[in-house]
Amino acid sequence: MSPWSQKSPLKPPFVRPSKEEIMTTVTKSEFILETVHVTKQFGGLTAVKDLSIQVPQKSIYSVIGPNGAGKTTFFNCITGFYKVTEGDIILDGESIVGLRPDIIVKKGISRTYQNIRLFQNLTALENVMVGHHPRMKAGWFGAVLNTPGARHEEAATRKLAMDLLEFVGLKGFEYELATNLPYGQQRRLEIARALASEPKLLLLDEPTAGMNPSETEEMTEFIDNLRKELGITVLLIEHDMRVVMTISDIITVLDYGEKIAEGKPEDVRANPRVIEAYLGRGAATQHEAQAA
Amino acid sequence: MDKELKFSWTDILKFGAIAGVVAIYVILVGMVEAFNDRYIISETVNLGQIALFSPVFLLGYFAANTARQIKSTGFAVLSSALVGLISGIFVAALLVAGTNINLRSIFLNVSPELLKILHLGQETMALAIVANLIISALVGLLGGLFALTPHKWSNALLVGLSIVLLMGIMQELMTITFGNKDWYKPIGKFIYAQKGLSWGGTVFFLLVGMAYSLWRSSGKLRPAARVAKMPAKQRMTISLTAWALGLLILLALPKFLGSYPSEILTTVGIYIIMGLGLNIVVGFAGLLDLGYVAFFAIGAYTVGILTTTGKLATLGWSFWMALPVAVFLAMMAGVILGIPVLKMRGDYLAIVTLGFGEIIRVVVLSDWLKPYIGGAQGILQIPKPHIGDFVFKKPEQMYYIVLVGILLVGYVAWRLRDARVGRAWKALREDEDVAEAMGIHLVSTKLLAFATGAAFAGLAGAIFAAKLGSIFPHSFNLIVSINVLSLIIVGGIGSLPGVIVGALILVGLPELLREFADFRMLFYGALLVAMMLVKPEGFVPEKTHARELHDEPLEPEVAPEAPVREAI
Repeated sequence: MSPWSQKSPLKPPFVRPSKEEIMTTVTKSEFILETVHVTKQFGGLTAVKDLSIQVPQKSIYSVIGPNGAGKTTFFNCITGFYKVTEGDIILDGESIVGLRPDIIVKKGISRTYQNIRLFQNLTALENVMVGHHPRMKAGWFGAVLNTPGARHEEAATRKLAMDLLEFVGLKGFEYELATNLPYGQQRRLEIARALASEPKLLLLDEPTAGMNPSETEEMTEFIDNLRKELGITVLLIEHDMRVVMTISDIITVLDYGEKIAEGKPEDVRANPRVIEAYLGRGAATQHEAQAA
Repeated sequence: MDKELKFSWTDILKFGAIAGVVAIYVILVGMVEAFNDRYIISETVNLGQIALFSPVFLLGYFAANTARQIKSTGFAVLSSALVGLISGIFVAALLVAGTNINLRSIFLNVSPELLKILHLGQETMALAIVANLIISALVGLLGGLFALTPHKWSNALLVGLSIVLLMGIMQELMTITFGNKDWYKPIGKFIYAQKGLSWGGTVFFLLVGMAYSLWRSSGKLRPAARVAKMPAKQRMTISLTAWALGLLILLALPKFLGSYPSEILTTVGIYIIMGLGLNIVVGFAGLLDLGYVAFFAIGAYTVGILTTTGKLATLGWSFWMALPVAVFLAMMAGVILGIPVLKMRGDYLAIVTLGFGEIIRVVVLSDWLKPYIGGAQGILQIPKPHIGDFVFKKPEQMYYIVLVGILLVGYVAWRLRDARVGRAWKALREDEDVAEAMGIHLVSTKLLAFATGAAFAGLAGAIFAAKLGSIFPHSFNLIVSINVLSLIIVGGIGSLPGVIVGALILVGLPELLREFADFRMLFYGALLVAMMLVKPEGFVPEKTHARELHDEPLEPEVAPEAPVREAI
C-alpha cells in the first residue's frame, strides 16, 4: 500500500510521508507489478510478445525501445485499455488482468499520456480533482442534499488538489483552463492529475517528449523526487537516453514487442543488441570493436 | 499567417450586393410587410423598415470597418455610403420588376401592399426609386459612421437603441398588462404614442441605455467585484439579501403582470426546466441527445393518463400523485434509452436519440394504443392541480408551480455541477478514454446523466399537461428538442444562467411578437449562425461564470506545508 492511501480519504490525504514511514510501509509483495508472459495481438500483428517484467517496490523502472516497439501498447495492457491476448498482470500480488480501466485505477495504477491528454476546458484545479474521483464516494444524492460527508470530502479533495498543484509547481494557475497552460506546465498538470488518484504505481509515457534540455533535466529531477518524497513506484516509457540512464533502477528494452535486454542502466548501455536495435547493426559492430 | 487585408472597389461592390440580396430576401419572405404595422417610434419608424434597412446598415458597418484599417477614414465613409447605394439599386430594381411583371406567381408575398411599402411614401415610380437610393445610401453611411465611432460610444448607442427597440416591441404587452392601472396611465402616456414610442419616450430610453452602458464601461460599476472585496460576513449578508429580493420579485411577478405575461412566463419556464435537464446531458456530459422531447412526452402523457377525467379516464389521480410517477417513468425511459447508446459517440448518438424521440411520437400516434392514450385526438380534460380547495386554474397560479419546478431543478443542477458527479460528466465530455483512465465508470456516469436529464424533462412534461389541460401528439415534435437545444446553445452550453437567458430570448421574445410566428425558424437559424460567428460561447458562457465564482481570494489555510515546495 502506498503510505497515503491508508488514511481515510476524508482526512487531508496529501501529507508527505516521513522517510521512516516509507521504509516501514507493509507491502504484500516484493514486486509492485509483475507481468507474466504478456502477449498482445492485433489481428496478425503481435505488438507485445511474451513480455515478463518485475517492477520492484519503490523503484523507477524504465521501458525503452525504438518507435513502434510496443511500449505504449504495453502500457495500455497494464491500464486495462487493451485486453491482453495471453498472460497475466499482477499488481501487488493481485491479478488485474481483464479488469476495467476505472477499476484498475482504483487498485492503484494511474498514468499520463505521450501526447498530453488533459481535460482541456476544465481548470487545472478541476483536472486534478477529477483525478481524485476514484477515491471519493459522494454520489448524486450526497451532492444534491449537500450532506456533511459530501461536503467534507469535497473540501478535502480541493485541498489535496491545491497541494498537488503546488507540489508540481503550478501554484497560482489553479483557475487557468488546462488548454491555456504552456506545454511544460501541461505535462506537470497531467502528472498532478495522475497523482491525485493516490497511485501505488505511476505510469509515465514519455514525460519529457518535446522538452528542451533544461526542462528535461528539471523533469528528470522531478520524477526522481516522486519516489523519494511520495514513495511511489514509477514505470517510465522514455526516449531520452540521458533521462533513462540517470534515474532508472532497472531498464527493459523492447524491440518489435519483445524484450531484448534487461538490467541496470550500465549493463543495458553496453548491451550490443540494444545498440543494434537503436542504431542498426553497423553501429553495434563498431561499438564492439571499440570495446575490444 | 493572417490573410493579407485588402479592400478595393470590388469589395464595395461585393458588400453592396450582399446587402441588396439580403434586403430582397427579407422583402420576398414577407417580413417587411408583416412587420410594417409594428411601429417602434411614433408612427415614423416601424419594424418592417428596420428589417428592410438593417442589412444595409450592417454591411455599411462592415465595409467601413474593413476599409478604415487599410485606407483613409474618408474612403471608409465613402465606401459605406456606396454599399448603401448599391443595395438601394437592388431594392429599386425589385420595385420596378414587381410593378411591371407579375412576380406573385412565384413570390407569393409580392403583393400590391408590399410594393406600396417599397415606394417609401412617394407617389410616382421615379421618386420612389430616388427615395430608395438616397435612404439606402444614408443608412449605409450611418452604418459606416457607426463603425468609425469610438468603441465606447458605439457600444453605448447600441445598448440604447436595443432598449428603444425592446420597449417599442413591448408596447402592446405593456398596454394589455398595465393599461387599466392608475399608476401606469401617466407613465404610459409619456412613453408611448398611439403607435410606437413617443419621441419623449424614445429619447428617454436611448439616454437611459447609453448612460447605463457608459457607466458600466467606466469601470465604476462592478458590484460583483466590489462585493467580492468585502469581508466574508458582509458578503454573505449581501448575497442573501440579493437572493431574497430576487425571490420576492419572482413571487410578486404574476400579481403585478397579470394573465397574459404570466402565460408567456409559464411557457418560458417549462422550457427552462427542459433546458436545465438537456444542459446536463449535452452541456455537462457532452452527450448530444436529439430525442429529448420523448421524455417530455412521457411525463406529459403519464400525468394525462393518470389524472384525466375525460373519455380515457383511468385512475383519476390528483396531479400531485401523478407527478412523481411521471418523473420516475421519464427517468426510467432515460436509462432505457441510455443503455443501448452507451458505446456511441457524437453523431451516432445524435441519430439514435433522434430516432428514439420519433419512436415515442409515432407510438403515441398509433392506432394500437389509441384506446388508452387517444391517438391523434390526444387526452382531454386533464384536471388542474389543486391543494385542498385551491385550484391552480389561471396562468398566474400555474406560474408558481413552474417557479417551484425551476427552483428545484435549478438547485439540483447547480449542486451537481461542482460536485464529484458533475466533474465526472465534464471529464466525460472532454475525453471519454481519459475519463475512464481516471477511474470514472463510464456506464453509470452516462446513465446518471441521461436519467437526470430525462427526469427534468418528465417534470416539465407533467407541468405542461396540467397547464394545458389537454395534450396532443403533435405537441411533442422533433422541433421541441431542437428548440431546447438551440436555447442552450444561445445561452451558452453548460451554463445554468445561460439556459434562462436562452429561453427568454428564444421562447419568450417570439411570444411578444405575433407577426413573428411565421419567421420563427428563420430567426432561430439566423441567430444561431450569428452566435456561432460572433459569440460561439453563448450569451452567458459557463467559463466566465466559473471564473467569477472562483476569483475570490482563497482562504490562507489552504496553503500547504513548505517542505513540499522545496522538492521541486
